[in-house]
Amino acid sequence: MAFTESPLQGVRAAAPDASGGMTWGRVAAWARRKPVGAAGAVIVLGMLLVALLAPLIAPYDPVRNAFDRMHLPPGWMHWFGTDQFGRDVLSRLVHGARTAMFVGLAASFIGATAGLVLGVASAYFGGRFDLIFQRLMDIFMAFPLIIMALAIVSIFGTGTHNVIVAVTVPFIPRCARVVRASALAVRELPYIDAARACGFGHARIMLYHVAPNVVAPYLIMLTAFLGQAILLEASLSYLGLGVQEPTPAWGLMLQGGAEEYAESAPWMAIFPGLAITVSVFAFNLFGDAVRDTLDPRLRSTG
Amino acid sequence: MLRYICKRLLLMIPTLLGAAVLVFLLMRLIPGDVCELRLAGEGAYVDEKAIQICREQAGLNRSLAGQFVDWVWGLARGDLGVSMWTGRPITYEIGLRFQLSLQVAVMATLTSILVAVPLGTVAAMNQDTWLDYGVRAFSIAGLAMPSFWLGILIILALLIGTQALWGTPWMPPIQYTPIWQDPIANLSQLVWPALATGYRYSAVAARMTRSALLEVLQEDYIRTARAKGLVEHLIINRHALKNALLPVVTVIGIEFAFLIGGLVVTEQVFNLNGLGKLFVESVGNHDYTLTQALVMLVALVFIVTNFVIDLLYAWLDPRIRYS
Repeated sequence: MAFTESPLQGVRAAAPDASGGMTWGRVAAWARRKPVGAAGAVIVLGMLLVALLAPLIAPYDPVRNAFDRMHLPPGWMHWFGTDQFGRDVLSRLVHGARTAMFVGLAASFIGATAGLVLGVASAYFGGRFDLIFQRLMDIFMAFPLIIMALAIVSIFGTGTHNVIVAVTVPFIPRCARVVRASALAVRELPYIDAARACGFGHARIMLYHVAPNVVAPYLIMLTAFLGQAILLEASLSYLGLGVQEPTPAWGLMLQGGAEEYAESAPWMAIFPGLAITVSVFAFNLFGDAVRDTLDPRLRSTG
Repeated sequence: MLRYICKRLLLMIPTLLGAAVLVFLLMRLIPGDVCELRLAGEGAYVDEKAIQICREQAGLNRSLAGQFVDWVWGLARGDLGVSMWTGRPITYEIGLRFQLSLQVAVMATLTSILVAVPLGTVAAMNQDTWLDYGVRAFSIAGLAMPSFWLGILIILALLIGTQALWGTPWMPPIQYTPIWQDPIANLSQLVWPALATGYRYSAVAARMTRSALLEVLQEDYIRTARAKGLVEHLIINRHALKNALLPVVTVIGIEFAFLIGGLVVTEQVFNLNGLGKLFVESVGNHDYTLTQALVMLVALVFIVTNFVIDLLYAWLDPRIRYS
């Protein structure tokens, strides 16, 4: 339930009169103010449930071939049809949600958190460290997400865990830059001097005094990354350099077979793409609402 | 102004050099080199001596620093070296595919401008109406839809559409023809990938146009224009859009640099022999020199585009003067 925490902070800040101490009351108040974002959050929750309960929901084994049931069109037995190996498309989609959510959540969380740590440290120490660090980030940012991700995959190899690394690394400088900008302002506040005067160590000041005040940009970046991470994983898998067979993954389902049989078995190409689009769409709606709530200055952008 | 340009040009050098170090080291981290891959392939037995000779020829057995200095010195003289996989000069390999990728990139950018600016304007002029919601849904969907899936859908629609119309399915040609030789054959191949890539970029740009225009429409001089009874379309075209397009130019510029990334996937869908496909292949082949050259090309395009955007700023907004 990590993601219902985020809007709460914004509600507390933006609308202190939001209905009382009950957590549910606050969630409901937020949902009323951001109906579109709430709709996104509901779809996201649904996707997470599907991912968690995949083995219970999927009607068939997603990796078992059935050569007597190849290319079956959608019907009562197979709602979304079967693929070129006779595997049930719906079951593969349901299990693919697991891969997508796992990679998406892990990469966004690790990437944004590493960015938070680096951004806070860069702003806090300042001086030469900050300068060198910023130039380093500039260099990393000179490569498009997918180029960076492909280069990393080529080093560590393919597979689910390596894809998480490949998706995480390009996120780090993007988050670090935004967090640093906010942390620079926090660093100048008198209470940081006070903390230093109390004799607190650097680590303690950064962790307990600077970091809590840059949570808003951190959460904004984290939620913005979620959709991108799912897209990036799908792209890598589609190129054959991401998650590998037989693990079910949406991008992988679009690779090879789906294109070859697009005309005779269009369901193989349509449903996985729809799954990617709907989940990224939902994550983006949710992320935009979180951004609007946490950063009222950006409200007009959208 | 001239001083500013010189300063910016000089500042590019350390960033590019940093990118060169990063790429060079990243490539060396890859386990297994091109010689093992080319000679031993999928685990076949090969004489250790042959691999040694191959490494010597490719210059792989020299010190890392030596290899790096040689490579950067070559880059500075415009010599990209030889592809480790094909043995042909890299300038030849890139030149073969550059035209195609550049054309798709330019067409995708044009598509995105032609779609985004009118859509964003309509949305801003009708804020919080169904038109506005429609445009916003269109742009959020554009960000959510993977361009390779859109590509597959376009191919599918072409197949089914032509089948229904003429009775025989039609596919875009596979063979690339330069636009001056046969514009129709050329466009019938490249319009589709340009559309698939352009949609995503138009989504970003339409959002930007809308929000920038909304901001500008609140300015005092717009109220003045309205007060003196100017027609709405003149207010938008002459006064508002000109100032609102500034951030849009930035977004389109940045997206142009990132188009190369988008092409990696789109070229795969449409089976185009362009730079994106070359990149995926070179990564797969552990072709250090080719991957390095391509990544440096991307970084160069990115840095130069950023520079050009800054200059465009000064040109579009007379208030901005660099010194």
